[in-house]
Amino acid sequence: MRGAKSAKWVAGAIVVALAATACGGGKSDEGKAGAGAVDPNGIFSVELGEPEKPLLTGDTMESNGSAVMAGLFSTLVDYKADGSLEMINAESVTTTDSKTWTVKLKPGWTFHDGTPVTSKSFVDAWNWNANVKNAQGLASWFADVKGFDKVHPEAEGAKPTSDKLEGLKIVDDNTFTIELNSAVPYFAHKLAYIVFAPLPESFFKDPVAAGQKPVGNGPYKFKSWDHKKKIEIVRYDAYKGPNKAKNGGVVFKNYTTLEAAYEDLKSGNVDVLRQIAPKDLPVYRQDLGDRAVDQAYSAIQTVAVAFYAEQWKKPKQIDPRVIQGLSMGIDRATITKTVLNGTREPATGWVAKGVLGYQPNAVEITKFDPAKAKELIKAGGGVPGNKISIQYNADGGHKEWVEAVCNSIQQSTGVQCVGDGKPDFQADLTARKTKQVKSLYRSGWVLDYPVNANFISDLFRTGAGGNQGDFSNKELDAKIAAADSAKTLDESVKAYQAIEKDLVNYMPSIPLWYYKVNAGYSEKVSGVAYGQDGDPILTGVEVKK
Amino acid sequence: MGRYVARRLLQMIPVFFGTTLLIFLMVYSLPGDPVAGLFGDKGASPATIEAIRHKLGLDLPLYEQYWNYMKGIILHFDFGTQIRNDRPVTEVLGEAFPVTLQLATLAFAFELIFGIGLGIIGGLKAGKLADNAILIFTLLIISIPVFVLGFFIKMVFADNLGWIAPNVSNEQLWSEMIAPAVVLGGLSLAYVARLTRTSMAENLRADYMRTAVAKGLPKRRIIGVHLMRNSMIPVVTFLGTDIGALMGGAVVTEKIFNIKGVGGLIAESISRREGSTLVGLVTILVIVYLVTSLLIDLLYAVLDPRIRYA
Repeated sequence: MRGAKSAKWVAGAIVVALAATACGGGKSDEGKAGAGAVDPNGIFSVELGEPEKPLLTGDTMESNGSAVMAGLFSTLVDYKADGSLEMINAESVTTTDSKTWTVKLKPGWTFHDGTPVTSKSFVDAWNWNANVKNAQGLASWFADVKGFDKVHPEAEGAKPTSDKLEGLKIVDDNTFTIELNSAVPYFAHKLAYIVFAPLPESFFKDPVAAGQKPVGNGPYKFKSWDHKKKIEIVRYDAYKGPNKAKNGGVVFKNYTTLEAAYEDLKSGNVDVLRQIAPKDLPVYRQDLGDRAVDQAYSAIQTVAVAFYAEQWKKPKQIDPRVIQGLSMGIDRATITKTVLNGTREPATGWVAKGVLGYQPNAVEITKFDPAKAKELIKAGGGVPGNKISIQYNADGGHKEWVEAVCNSIQQSTGVQCVGDGKPDFQADLTARKTKQVKSLYRSGWVLDYPVNANFISDLFRTGAGGNQGDFSNKELDAKIAAADSAKTLDESVKAYQAIEKDLVNYMPSIPLWYYKVNAGYSEKVSGVAYGQDGDPILTGVEVKK
Repeated sequence: MGRYVARRLLQMIPVFFGTTLLIFLMVYSLPGDPVAGLFGDKGASPATIEAIRHKLGLDLPLYEQYWNYMKGIILHFDFGTQIRNDRPVTEVLGEAFPVTLQLATLAFAFELIFGIGLGIIGGLKAGKLADNAILIFTLLIISIPVFVLGFFIKMVFADNLGWIAPNVSNEQLWSEMIAPAVVLGGLSLAYVARLTRTSMAENLRADYMRTAVAKGLPKRRIIGVHLMRNSMIPVVTFLGTDIGALMGGAVVTEKIFNIKGVGGLIAESISRREGSTLVGLVTILVIVYLVTSLLIDLLYAVLDPRIRYA
């Protein structure tokens, strides 16, 4: 059952990849600066770390690579800020039963090398990405498609028995169908993800070279990649999509630290930042004025429970009321304001803002109420040993808030709480994988697709990829299955909303806060907006003369 | 002397294997799996992880991994590929070393010129005002942590005066490297100055100095040839080992000034458990150390003819 519903990757605290062109209609700050005519061929620069992996559609999991890929590739669809779909390379994506989907492409699209984008470009690309032989990190995204287990067997070391996904059928050059294992009402939303982008013929001849010099179908074409220094992409003039670039191209500049990037922004050497370093957060609003960005995006920080740990298992399974109590003992408002400098917003549920089905104030247990917290913990039989710890990776800037959360719990409920720091993210992950987490651990989730199912099914279903605390509940699994087999997207979203409210009875994790984009841009550019994944939307940026 | 050099070169072989093996074992014993680390919070299917491990040969026993690795280096000059981005390690090293070399050269020149210069002044005026001023100055440099010095220089010269750009750009111009080189070379400069000063102050009272003065040699020659040559031995020893340290690059300095050199690469490779990159880096650094220490040893004979090599 592992991986059945996709979505299980992301490197660490870093942000996952959705086309930055996502929510193309997002908010815009155009016209604020007023003076200065726009140069339609102007080139601007964006701060970026070195992409961790080659630029492959099936293997780009972290934000550095995906920011570039979002410019180079266009997928079938994209979504707007409210979570509704927008057709990009597809003319239509239709279904009658949520199980068989028909995709019609817009005719006349070409790759940057001039070859046409056809149904085959998509089907071949997906088959290649799904194949276990190619070891693509995002392969499990195709797990919904019929025949995935033959192309990508689950077991270690197993060989694929087929190199084609059975569910993909080419009807003609501009039409193909996708048959899924079972109904997935929100499947069309997943298609916005980079792993579903098409690939040109040339890719399959030499995938290794293509990873260094990708040829895509997006609004920009690849120009050069000077490793650890910069990546350049330039506008593709024959681009047919609705999100044509309003600038001439982008230079992604590599910085060793966010502090350095911020200094360069102030001295005019870089135009767009994606994040402000903690050191500069207290001053960046004064420094940048209305060029300072402070915007919510779809990600959430939680403290997850390691249900396999002795503490929660013996002598009997922990009562959810205890975890509810711990949750109510955390003063989120104060911590986000002081320790986190206002860069986070207290969570009121498990589903982050900006996704389809987000409901404000979904649950009560995120309210700070020491009296109620104590009561709940007592009613649930107390915390075994009256002591908890929160595991975190010390290299990711988590120490401060973990300590603040611990203090808050300790003061309001009397439960002893300590931070359990692992030296770095690798060690933290290993402890999680080998089930060594003693009590609680820091966890987080950035959206993969803008539907609430992504924040529930992919995290709390038994065996889901994001479910690393061994949470398992048959009742909840059944509810998730029911929500997944709903006839329409609307019904599915509603069913998941009900599940979110119901999660308080299981408490698989403690929601803490939603992430925000804290960034800024230079005087040279306007129209800088950020997508739900927190990355700047490249195509909308206008460069002044 | 030829035999001496040959013997020293032969000694490098066990050192080379020993250090690489040690680093290999150290990286291996760190907790954390580089392949699983690729997937972070969201995990990946065991089949995918297994496929990546197999591709990189990480599923082999450790001794076999080490064997394959050394075979690659010695037979094909192949340091393997990086786990994260599939790039050959030689290419990654080829990018980082020139940058660090540039920085190290400037820093070395800085510490050489100013360190010895200050040392000479201090040594000749031992106990006088200038000497005390230099002692206080060097004490100050030694006691300021590198990141404080780095931020201070940035604040004064970049933010307030605007003389320099705050960061080294991706073109790595020589002019941009001056500020980081000053920071990097600062600490060693203090040591060089103090070593030179003490050594000269001592030798000033030596018999051969009195003889040279008694012979009526010009002052230039007494100081330049007789005094300097004999006083340089401890300084040269220090400078030799310092080249290795500079090449290792200071992680902190590189980070502060946005330099993509060896220091940052080492830190990154450790945190990502990139064993092959790390061993490659260390191998080259070991060679740098070995070669410079050999050169220094040979230089002794030039400075002091009484030193002979059998």
